[in-house]
Parts: sequence; C-alpha cells; structure tokens
Amino acid sequence: MFNFILRRIAVVIPTFLGITVLAFALIHMIPGDPVLVMVGERRLDPEFYRQAMQRLGLDQPLYMQYLHYLQKLVSGNLGESLVTHEPVMAEFLKLFPATVELSICAMLFAAVTGLAAGIVAANRRGTAVDHVVMGSALTGYSMPIFWWGLVLIMLFSVHLGWTPVSGRIDLEFDIPAVTGFMLIDTLLSGEEGAFASALSHLILPAIVLGTIPMAVIARMTRSSMLEVLREDYIRTARAKGLSPVRVVVVHALRNALVPVVTVIGLQVGTLLAGAVLTETIFSWPGIGKWLIDSISRRDYPVVQGGILLVATLIILVNLLVDILYGVINPRIRHAR
Amino acid sequence: MSLLEIKNLSVEFGSQDNPFRAVQDVNLSINRGEIVGIVGESGSGKSVTMLALMGLIEAPGRVTADQLVFDGQDLMTMSPAAKRHLVGKDVAMIFQDALTSLNPAYTVGFQLMETLRLHMGLSKSEAQKRALELLELVEIPAAKSRLSAYPHQLSGGMSQRVMIAMAIACNPKLLIADEPTTALDVTVQAQIMDLLVSLQKSQDMALILITHDLAVIAEVAHRVAVMYAGEIVETSPVPEIFYRPHHPYTQALLASIPEHSKGAERLATLPGVVPGQYDRPIGCLLSPRCPYANEKCRNEHPKLTQTHGSFVRCFTPLDEAGRPIV
Repeated sequence: MFNFILRRIAVVIPTFLGITVLAFALIHMIPGDPVLVMVGERRLDPEFYRQAMQRLGLDQPLYMQYLHYLQKLVSGNLGESLVTHEPVMAEFLKLFPATVELSICAMLFAAVTGLAAGIVAANRRGTAVDHVVMGSALTGYSMPIFWWGLVLIMLFSVHLGWTPVSGRIDLEFDIPAVTGFMLIDTLLSGEEGAFASALSHLILPAIVLGTIPMAVIARMTRSSMLEVLREDYIRTARAKGLSPVRVVVVHALRNALVPVVTVIGLQVGTLLAGAVLTETIFSWPGIGKWLIDSISRRDYPVVQGGILLVATLIILVNLLVDILYGVINPRIRHAR
Repeated sequence: MSLLEIKNLSVEFGSQDNPFRAVQDVNLSINRGEIVGIVGESGSGKSVTMLALMGLIEAPGRVTADQLVFDGQDLMTMSPAAKRHLVGKDVAMIFQDALTSLNPAYTVGFQLMETLRLHMGLSKSEAQKRALELLELVEIPAAKSRLSAYPHQLSGGMSQRVMIAMAIACNPKLLIADEPTTALDVTVQAQIMDLLVSLQKSQDMALILITHDLAVIAEVAHRVAVMYAGEIVETSPVPEIFYRPHHPYTQALLASIPEHSKGAERLATLPGVVPGQYDRPIGCLLSPRCPYANEKCRNEHPKLTQTHGSFVRCFTPLDEAGRPIV
C-alpha cells in the first residue's frame, strides 16, 4: 500500500510544474497590468508607470519573472496581494473554509441523492421510475449554473420567502471564527438561531453547486450498477438466500462504486469551477469570488497563487481517489 | 417421500403475447441422498430449470408450476422471505465459472462467513471457526491463510472449492451443481468431481449434477434425466440408460460420444438443430430430426409415460436392440 501511494505521488510532481507554467502564462496573457488597473490609463505619468512596474518586478522579461516566481514558490512563498498587501496564503486560508463548507455540502447533497437515484433507477430499470429519475438527472446536468441559481432564488427566496438571498449568515449574528466553518462555529457560539440561519443560507447554494455532480453521479451509478447486477457473483449472492437489499447494498454496490468514486473525484474539479459562479450569484465569501475579483484587478500573485492552490487541491483529491480505489478494489492494490 | 417433487414446471421469457418457453412441463423427483444427472445440449433448459427451483429467475422471466415441493414445503406458495430461509441453507447451488462467481471485493472468509451467520446465526468467532473447517473439508491447502485471500488470488480449481465450501456450509439436503467442472482443466475436473461425490456421501445430501459429460454420469449418478428443447424426454436409472436408451434422442446423444465412433472418420451426429422460438414443431419436438418419426410423431405431442422403470416421451420408444417398437 505504501509503495502504491509513493508511485502515485511521483506522478504528481510534473503535473504540478505544468500548472505553475499555465497559471503564470494565462494571467499574463490578459491585456492590461495591475498598475494600469489601479491608476487608470488616462492620467498616467509614464515615469511613474515605469517606476511602479520596476518596483513590482514587472519590467523584467517574462521568463525571468517566472523563474523568480518559481524560486519563491520552492521556498513556500506565494507572494503578496498587490492590492491588499496581505500574503496570498493568508488570504486563501481565510476564505477557503467558506468554499470548503459549500463544496462539502454540495458534494454531500450530490453523492447522497445521486447514489440513491442511480441505485433505484438501476433496480427499476425500464420502468416509469427509471425514466423519471434519469430524465431529471439529464435536465439537472444540462442546466446552466447561473440560471438555475437565479431560478431557485426567485422561487424559494423571493416568492416563497423560505431562504435568504445571499451571504453566509444573517447580519444580526456576530460569530467568532473558530474553525471557519459557519455551521460548526454557530454551534460552538451557542447563539440561539445562528445555526438555523447559517443552514438556511447554505441550502440553496449547495443545491445549485451540487446539481451537476448529482446528475453525473446518478447516471454513473445506474450504468455501473446495471453492469454489476448481471455478474455471476450477484447470482451467487442471491443463491445464498441473502435479502434483495443486502444483495444490492453489500454485494453489488461495493463493486459498482469503483467507477462512481472516480467520477466523484473528478467532480471536485467541476465543483470548484462551479463554486466560482455559485459564489458570485449568492455573494458567498469564498475563494471563487476572491479569484474573480483578483482577475479583474490583475492581481497577479493572487491569481497565480489561487489557481495553484486550487489545482493542488484537485491533485490531492485525485490522489485520495486513487488510494481509495485500492481500498475498494483489492485487485488494484495488489497490481505491481 | 421424495426430497424434491417438481410437477409441471415451466419457465417463460419474452413478452406476454409472444412468450418463449425455455422450460416446459418438467416433472422430476429426487430422493434423499440420491445423485441425479441432468444432461442435454446447450439451451435445452437444464440450468434454467434449476435456477427456477432456486428462485433465481428474474423478471421478465416467469416461472409456473403445479407443485415445487421441497422437503414437504411447496416453494410456489411460500413468501419470498420464507423461501430465502431455505435457499442457500437446505438447497444450495454451485455454478459453472467459479472465478466469476465469487465477489471480487470481499475475502473468501467474508463470503463464507456471510452464509454461516445468515442461516446458522453463528457469532463472528464461531463462523470463523466453521469457515476454516469448511475450507479444510474441501481440501484447500493452507486453509487458514486462504480465509483472508481475495478471489483473484485463487486458481480456478481453488475458487470452485471455495464455492463448494460455501454451498455445503449449512449442511444442505440438496446440492445443485451446474456444470461444476466445465471451466476447469482436465486433471482439476477429476479432483473436483471426486470431492463432490465424497462430500455427497459424507454429508448425506442429494446431488443434482448438470453436465455435458456422459462419462461423469456413468461413474457417479444413480439416475439421469435427459432434456431436449426445454422438455425432459427421458429419465432412466444408471447404468440401464447406457445399455438401453428408450428415447431416440438419448440414443443419438450416446452415439455422439467420441469413444463410440473410434475408427470412424466422423463422429455420429443427429442432423438438424434444436428448434428455436419460431420453428417449434406441433408434434414431438424431436420429430424433424428423429430417424424414426412417423405421421403421429409430427402431429401429436407425446407425454412422459412409464416403460420398464424409465419415463419416456416418445410414441415409438426403442427396444433392447435400439429399434423403435411400433
């Protein structure tokens, strides 16, 4: 198992380097630079511009800038924001829990409903239940996030008034950040109604963000389940006199989960991409919104660092998925 | 009273309006401790009959029977939950391809203990002890270490031994072996067959052996049922059936054994193919291929009738010399 993990980690290093190149190149390709954005083009004194660029190290050739950046990176320094002068890492860590909280809840929603829908559809294959469930999944998958978010806000927040429109919690509450996760912090603070408020703020964004992963998971679970249900060992399980529920949950699901776990892992990328839109719609103070704001300010270190951190996260999750495979499927664990 | 009494068992697949009868009006009774062989070519309904008995035919397949009495209880009138108490405990089944019949995600020990805990209500440690005994009983070397092995770490013969251990875990009264040696190589085949027969004796269980291999039948079975196109065409005791087949199909089946054609350039065959869904004859199902078929054979469907201690579905059963009695 240890060797297995080491092999997987070795693959990660070149991927990581590639990402630094991409992140660096992409943000520098966007027209304009931080100084222009800050002072505006019209009343720009050329001498001031030159000095500012020099001070920020932006007057050097791109490859030199990249090498400097890489040098700092190796020593663990992601740089400071050009706007707030805060270290990128510190800003990231401050905002990250909000995104994680949203993503975890979205993924929980997606995995629970997606798995359930897929299992039910597979076991009722060809019936009306199957068609309705899979039809809904396809609809969910085709829905543009920004539109779906607005529709839900219109329905549940505006017309029905069940949930708030934006933010993480009502303004009347002042919750000290202990873990950074609002659901946990509100419980720790012991303030009455705070948890309910946080939860009601979270529900809609989580559903919006979880809709696409849910659809993907549902479809994957169904097809994987159908394949597994045809296997000889399922016949064996039934021949043992096991209950239908045990046959499906213990014998079929474990095997059907292998491709589903891959998909869940891959969806983490989709989730973070979706978080950018979802956080913008619901004014959710996470890294998605932070990245969007930084791009429009041409805050190079923040954008580069932010992308790098998000990418690292996705790599880590994929690594975790690979390891999880080994746990679920003993044949992979033993492969040399 | 016999252990198993099947009366008019039929299995249909396909739509209600245009069904295909894979098994038609099968009658079979098995006594305690008896070994019965079921032979017939692929698609003759051998496996489907047994799967129907085990309750393993899934929708859209439909199983009907006048009676399906096992050990005094009619399986047809039982609730599914009550049936599950019998299946896997008193009636167990092993399959053709042992490698794919074990769940790849769980250890051998888990899969063995699952049956024991379900049907015998054993605690975890008791089940573990019994699982070890079972692996030793089916002659698996280093049994203790095999408990924690995964199926992909076992050979085909070893997997089939595990399947057998699982099947006999709760001392079943009837074991159904569906071509248990087909996927194995010849030397292992003999070992597995020996194991099955010795277990049948020591555990005193009835054994239904589905096979293509008439040599195996000759060696171990007490009685044999010959199936053709979803019907039983003959049941006879062994070894009589080898000396005096009553049904023309049985005769042809025996003639096709390679040893019977020694020295000849070609093996003996029966011309034609088994009828499918759309070309089923009105009369005897074998009539288009039968060398002895007459007008009656082509227009009326024969019933299973008793002659000389055998049951035969034929209007012109054969005599000792292998010629039709007119």
